[in-house]
Amino acid sequence: MEGLEKLGRWGLASIEGLGRSALFLVYTLIGLLQMPFKIRPVLRQIQVIGSGSFLVIFFTGAFVGMVLGLQGYYTLSKYGSSSALGAAVALSLIRELGPVLTALMVIGRTGSAMCAELGIMRISEQIDALDCMAINPYRFLVVPKLLAGLVSIPLLTAVFNLVGIFGGYMVGVVLLHGNAGAYMASMRASVTAVDLKMCFVKSVCFAFLLVWICAEHGFWVNRRPWGFGAEGVSRATTSAVVASSVAVLVADYVITSFML
Amino acid sequence: MAAADFCIQLKGIHKSFGTQEVLKGVDLDIERGATTVICGESGQGKSVLLKHILGLIRPDRGEVLVEGRDISRLRGAALKQVRTRFGVLFQGVALFDSMTVFDNIALPLRERSRLPESAVAAKVGRALEMMDLTGSGDKFPAQLSGGMKKRVGLARALQLEPDILLFDEPTTGLDPVKSHDVYRLFFATQKKLGYTSIIVSHDIPKIFNLADHIAILHDGRVRACQSPAELQRSRDPFVRNFITRVMGTAHDSQRECVNQA
Repeated sequence: MEGLEKLGRWGLASIEGLGRSALFLVYTLIGLLQMPFKIRPVLRQIQVIGSGSFLVIFFTGAFVGMVLGLQGYYTLSKYGSSSALGAAVALSLIRELGPVLTALMVIGRTGSAMCAELGIMRISEQIDALDCMAINPYRFLVVPKLLAGLVSIPLLTAVFNLVGIFGGYMVGVVLLHGNAGAYMASMRASVTAVDLKMCFVKSVCFAFLLVWICAEHGFWVNRRPWGFGAEGVSRATTSAVVASSVAVLVADYVITSFML
Repeated sequence: MAAADFCIQLKGIHKSFGTQEVLKGVDLDIERGATTVICGESGQGKSVLLKHILGLIRPDRGEVLVEGRDISRLRGAALKQVRTRFGVLFQGVALFDSMTVFDNIALPLRERSRLPESAVAAKVGRALEMMDLTGSGDKFPAQLSGGMKKRVGLARALQLEPDILLFDEPTTGLDPVKSHDVYRLFFATQKKLGYTSIIVSHDIPKIFNLADHIAILHDGRVRACQSPAELQRSRDPFVRNFITRVMGTAHDSQRECVNQA
């Protein structure tokens, strides 16, 4: 009987959580449409999400590209197809690794910070203070983060891809003495507009998901079962990172299955 | 007193959190232009009651009438419109810790008025001067003392000249001198702006000098709401017991002085 009660409580809490999350998104989208539009907070968030993540994305992209170049070269050489290295590196990066790894790196670096920031604002009554001043907290706090994410993450993905392709070139061509012309030609021949479109769609969707999940976890930290206070914020942050990472991977599969 | 003399009326407010029933039918009328102090022991739901008035918490049952409109049933723009009448000083002040003192005070003006930045700067400058905070505009909240934070909070709450000001334990954690500073500024601004104020406070008996009405919250209900003089003359055993407990020391020492004389 007690087990059934627990199951019921868990079910109700899950439904409530989903509803709260959906309402959070609705209120954020309403906030997005409210005038006047202020560009300065968006630019500040672009600086936090975009410029702040640039170096991390640069190095991750470079080393992922280099590993792809290394693995790809030895694998393709076995079949006498090392000339297709450019295509293998570029397609792997543009279709999958670029958008997914960029999103995961941004979740680790900025999503967790976003959740903690909003969580601390909630427990120190700063969000209540905004409500009391009749300032829409969704418009003031969440909308700039969402817009900045939608602008920054596709751009960071492009940087990741570019640096990754260059990293693959450095290993496959400069280090392992592959054919430079074949690397570039195979890449140009195989990468189509559809691949670039898939990359763009994925990065926009991942940006949307990660800001939504991470911001919602922080914004409503007081409504979660683990409660209020510093521990509540820390557990919400962990949960936000896990949930948004899983959501990115699930969305990756769904988008790929629709766009292939 | 007629209903028109009250700007806020709480009628039969019930609120539970899980299995814990915090408010069990609170009835309270707040007189326009007066200072009403809500006091009671810790954990009696004073801050919860304040959050009901602000529409931050909705009651399970009952009405929270602000100028005749039930704030607990309002949403969106209507709720926002009612809230434009409020100024709030939270217990923890709730300053935005990533903004400077200047930006904290300027925030309501920038977000809710169409004043140009020069006018905002002038108004914030006057507020800093009034609160004895000149030269602190560039500091962040973490660099301020408790008393300074309260004054910044008061300055921010007053920026849009609210009709109703709510203070949640405005002097908690402050020494007597800093508490006195906060009360002095409160007196000065209320005299100037004539707002209705609701204060949740433990600062008894000092708060008795400030209040027009004192509401005692006990066991989820308002057990008495009277002027300080009426409360001290009250024959109600609960009120007498409360007054004796919270003011016992002062009364006893006064009585001792009289006896010695």
